[in-house]
Amino acid sequence: MNLLDKVWIVPAIMAASFLLILFFGKRAGTKATAGLGIAAVSVCLVFSVVVAGQWINRVNHPPTGEKLAEDIRQANGLTPQTPEAVESEANAATHDAGQTVDQGSSSGSEHGAAATGAAEGESAAAPLAATEQPATPTAEGSTSAEGEHGAEHESVPPVVRTVTWFEIGPIHFELGTLVDGLSAMMLVTVCIISLLVHIYSTEYLHGDVRFTHYYAFLSLFTASMLFYVISSNTLQMLVGWELVGLCSFALIGHWWEEKNNTDAALKAFLTNRVGDMGLIIGVTITFFAAGATSFNVLHINEYALSGGANTTLLLVGALCLFGGVTSKSGQFPLHTWLPDAMAGPTPVSALIHAATMVVAGVYLIARLYAVFFQGLGIGSSSLHYVAFIGGFTTVMGGVLAFVQTDLKKVLAYSTISQLGYMVMALGVGAWTAGVFHLFTHAFFKACLFLGAGSVSHACHHTFDMREMGGLRKHMKSTHATFAIASLALAGIVPLAGFWSKDEILAGAQQGQRNAYTLMLVFGLITAFMTAAYMGRAYWMTFWGEYRGHGTPHESPKVITVPLWVLAICAIFLGFLNFPARFFGLELPSGVTTRFEHFVEPTFAFPQIEHPTFTPWLAVLSTVLAVAGIATAYLYFEKNKGPHGLTHRSGAARAGYTFLENKYYLDTLYTDIIAADTKGPLARAAYWFNQNVLDGIVDGAATVSKKVARFVYRDVDQLVVDGVVNGSGLVSEESGQFLRRMQTGKVQQYAAILFAGVVVLAGVLVFVV
Amino acid sequence: MKDFLNSWGLSLAIFVPLVGAFVMLLVPKAQEQVHKVLALATSLVVAVIGVLLLANFDYDQGRTLQFVVDKSWIPFINSRYIVGIDGISLPLIALTMLVVPLCIIYSWNHFPEPRNPKAFLVLILILETGMVGTFCAQDLILFFVFFEVVLLPMYFMIGVWGGEKRRYAAMKFFLYTLFGSALMIVSFMALYFLSDKVPTADGMMHTFDMRALPVAAAGISTTAGLWIFGGMFMGFGIKVPMFPFHTWLPDAHTQAPTVGSVILAAVLLKLGTYGFVRIALPILPQAAEKWAPFIGLLAVIGIIYGALCCLAQTDMKRLIAFSSVAHMGFVMLGIATLTDFGINAAIFGMVAHGLITGMLFFVAGSVKERFHTLDIARLGGMLKQMPRMGWILGFSAMASLGLPGLAGFWGEFPAILSSYNPGGNLNVGLFRVYMVVAALGTVLAAGYLLWLYQRVAFGTPREEFADDPHIHDASFTEYVAWVPMLILIVVLGFFPNILFHVTNPAVTDMVAAMGFRG
Repeated sequence: MNLLDKVWIVPAIMAASFLLILFFGKRAGTKATAGLGIAAVSVCLVFSVVVAGQWINRVNHPPTGEKLAEDIRQANGLTPQTPEAVESEANAATHDAGQTVDQGSSSGSEHGAAATGAAEGESAAAPLAATEQPATPTAEGSTSAEGEHGAEHESVPPVVRTVTWFEIGPIHFELGTLVDGLSAMMLVTVCIISLLVHIYSTEYLHGDVRFTHYYAFLSLFTASMLFYVISSNTLQMLVGWELVGLCSFALIGHWWEEKNNTDAALKAFLTNRVGDMGLIIGVTITFFAAGATSFNVLHINEYALSGGANTTLLLVGALCLFGGVTSKSGQFPLHTWLPDAMAGPTPVSALIHAATMVVAGVYLIARLYAVFFQGLGIGSSSLHYVAFIGGFTTVMGGVLAFVQTDLKKVLAYSTISQLGYMVMALGVGAWTAGVFHLFTHAFFKACLFLGAGSVSHACHHTFDMREMGGLRKHMKSTHATFAIASLALAGIVPLAGFWSKDEILAGAQQGQRNAYTLMLVFGLITAFMTAAYMGRAYWMTFWGEYRGHGTPHESPKVITVPLWVLAICAIFLGFLNFPARFFGLELPSGVTTRFEHFVEPTFAFPQIEHPTFTPWLAVLSTVLAVAGIATAYLYFEKNKGPHGLTHRSGAARAGYTFLENKYYLDTLYTDIIAADTKGPLARAAYWFNQNVLDGIVDGAATVSKKVARFVYRDVDQLVVDGVVNGSGLVSEESGQFLRRMQTGKVQQYAAILFAGVVVLAGVLVFVV
Repeated sequence: MKDFLNSWGLSLAIFVPLVGAFVMLLVPKAQEQVHKVLALATSLVVAVIGVLLLANFDYDQGRTLQFVVDKSWIPFINSRYIVGIDGISLPLIALTMLVVPLCIIYSWNHFPEPRNPKAFLVLILILETGMVGTFCAQDLILFFVFFEVVLLPMYFMIGVWGGEKRRYAAMKFFLYTLFGSALMIVSFMALYFLSDKVPTADGMMHTFDMRALPVAAAGISTTAGLWIFGGMFMGFGIKVPMFPFHTWLPDAHTQAPTVGSVILAAVLLKLGTYGFVRIALPILPQAAEKWAPFIGLLAVIGIIYGALCCLAQTDMKRLIAFSSVAHMGFVMLGIATLTDFGINAAIFGMVAHGLITGMLFFVAGSVKERFHTLDIARLGGMLKQMPRMGWILGFSAMASLGLPGLAGFWGEFPAILSSYNPGGNLNVGLFRVYMVVAALGTVLAAGYLLWLYQRVAFGTPREEFADDPHIHDASFTEYVAWVPMLILIVVLGFFPNILFHVTNPAVTDMVAAMGFRG
């Protein structure tokens, strides 16, 4: 059975699990709740693995002829620009001629509408492209590279299945699934980590007041994340994107009795909303740029790759989209929510705030890579915003990890730093390296977080490393797995982190047409720092003497087994993308760069240069990592080196304070921007409302009241009534009645009404 | 069946509530149970008619008016009794017919002081006649009459069953809206006299027929058109309400009884936006194009301004009231773009806002009933004391801030999207600025709603309420009243085509008739 086109079942299972737990979880009890969640994720994992297998099979045996044309038609986009795709498009064209006849008229017209829109988009952009010469060399540069690349990879279109979601104007918007290597990889990763977290949580949250609530949101989160990664269009991605944000909010605020936790939850949601502003606008811009007919990601990518693409629009669109990435994936300067998000339960930190949700931004870049590649000119540049922010974030996060005493916060800043690595990789054109790092990082970082949870489980729920120490004696499994994952993160050969990190560095060093030297420097600094701060955390936690209360104990199997699974992944997964040439070693091509082969898109994807393994760089980064560990060992464990610097030197103290305050970004956001918006600014707006706007309304009433009094007393009573009374024609009763009528407020207001009517009527009569 | 509906369906939907109200007048005041049953039965009959209308509506012909009745009414000014619905009015009628019975159910055990269910329920039924009538009317005078019928019951509802400052609020609501209406009727008159005559049985006459006016009014000079639009802008704009004519709204909402607030938010405000879409835009497209940048400006000011005022509130209900100003800003922005995208979004936004803000007012009412205060500083720990209601509030807040996957999103996002590329000869750069400002509004919306939620629902209950036996979780009648709305919020969020499918043909046609590209 072909599951590639039935992949919608995966999030559907999790959504069903969410609803069941939400409505029946309390009644069914904690065992049944956890069991249901675990069962649902297990089914999803099996499904995902099958999907991944079928995708691998598809790459190995690419569809041809009619099948290929049909798939391309389903993927629905502009004329593909790559030669191999052009070829297939030619096939498709001959095929289409016959197809349109027996196709239903609806899909035919839909296709036609898309084509017209695309044509419009192109013709509008054509003059621009003609004047903008720099765009052309890029295209040429990539064509030259196509020859060799095209030979080794055939174009395998993703499997896209859509239904109409809604219609506005003549356009039918689609709801659909898109399966390719990237989404299959994400499906498997999310399901594995989610399953382990589900299992782990049965113990970690044992006896928690809101156990069912917790599992419900785990299910909803998994559903939303899976929905996000299989989305076929940007609008759908936006939905998934926000839903994972909602789950993050709910789970950070899981223990909502404490104000700190709810503050963190609010901060996470609001910071992400700031980024979402960019995302919403970016989705809008890319939609209109690509002809205003479809949100389909392949369609947008193909537009970006077409010669007529408006590069200015792509640049603005890419930067706006990057706004969303900045918040979701913790890039500078919107990373500040992520460390606070550690207020949530630790398994949640592992799943959401390390392995899956926070990489949604990285995934967005990877998914819409053509937009970023063309918009930012990744192929021809040696420095641009995205690469720089990625590089800067990776260093900035790493620095802050040194001054944390909370184990989870160290890991949180490390996550920020590693996310910076991924963004930087994508920024320098090393697509596979960035995505591969996403993949490997998910496992060892989840392992570290769950390890931290295990430690805290043993140490009376503290994460303060000053109250730990010496735990290696008490918690053998936790210690071993934590050490393995730390080494993987530090990038020690041959663990997983080494391979992905090395590829990123090679990517920065080799660049596309130019080297991204600054990014290489950032990357190397981070390689050293990562090893050093992980070393610090490791020694503070597991070595020395125990500084906390009571006797720590090893966690039960339900916690250690997931740790071991992740640790084993952290050891071996790096080999999935074993380089074609590793020092002297040349393995057969069937086993090297498998990750690249199966995951990197070959359809609607820019032509990129793949970094090759560079021995001196691998040696250098390893030396740096070892030096980092050694430094940490000497400084934190052996107490060597210049300690007490912050006491002796004013400059060092100032620097330390600056770091302790996280560069004062939190102060800027919380105390200045947020506080001033909800304080003085909101009060000023409300004051204006009550005193100026309402003042005018009430003032008008007062004035008309005065006018009315004047009319009544001086005109009506003296003049009119005088006349009336004088003539003696009106009885006293009616006079009384009139007076009663005229003292009400209605009459005073009615005067304004009348005045207004008179003015407008006058205008209409005399002016018009 | 179809024939019967064609000739009687809409008239029944409009006047059955009035008949019900009349019957209730004959029943003595003391028989409260009878009144409740009568009122609910009447509104349910209307709802059944509504379902029949929905079932018999030809969705493929959503662009054309259906169930049309055209009868002589005031012959000497050629004002006729014309009713009919198309894809634009259908969702709003359905919303009205849903909300009214839910409000009656909610009131079952919640009659605000000074009680008197008879009068209260009679007023609700009269309101329903006015609301359904407004959405059905296809003659300007008929429209105006129904538009005004709505005013009095709401005036009494606020003035009699309202809070401490109810007199002031009721008077302000009444006169402010009436002021707008007066300008509106002057515009209608001008439209009548300045547009071309149309052939009738009694020879050539001026017309109030909304179907004929887009053509008949084509000859009106640009200047006159601008002024006429201006009059309608005041009439509809005050009702929406648009910044800076919104100041009646927070007072009315804060003082109104719960059900009054719900109806006000869910339906009454839509009379204004509906007026723009149904009357002002199609009849005077050129003037609309001239006014659109200004309307868009006020809309985005409203979005930001409403949000800022929300942040300054200490009263939960007043906060929700100000959030309406912000949300209606999105609706008006969508309308101001003059595109099929924007107007579809606007109608979706109207329905979504009706459901979501209606829910928020329901919850606020229930909180007030239990705590006897809506002072945010005194509330807290709602999730602890009444977890289910806390969840419902959280859900509604999330919907209100435009979370994708819930109904509110489909009012906001397409409105933002459409301002990227406005219709007609509108200034693209200007509207893109509006787009960015509106997007900023979504951030602020999240800010005030979540902050409210944090203060009201998170944490632990204050000491003064901690052991109050009066405070209990959502009751049966509350569930019955709320569940349909909650379900609709989710369903519309995931299947927006339920609504877009209905509105799109009519909107696309209208935009095309106005001569703007989609």
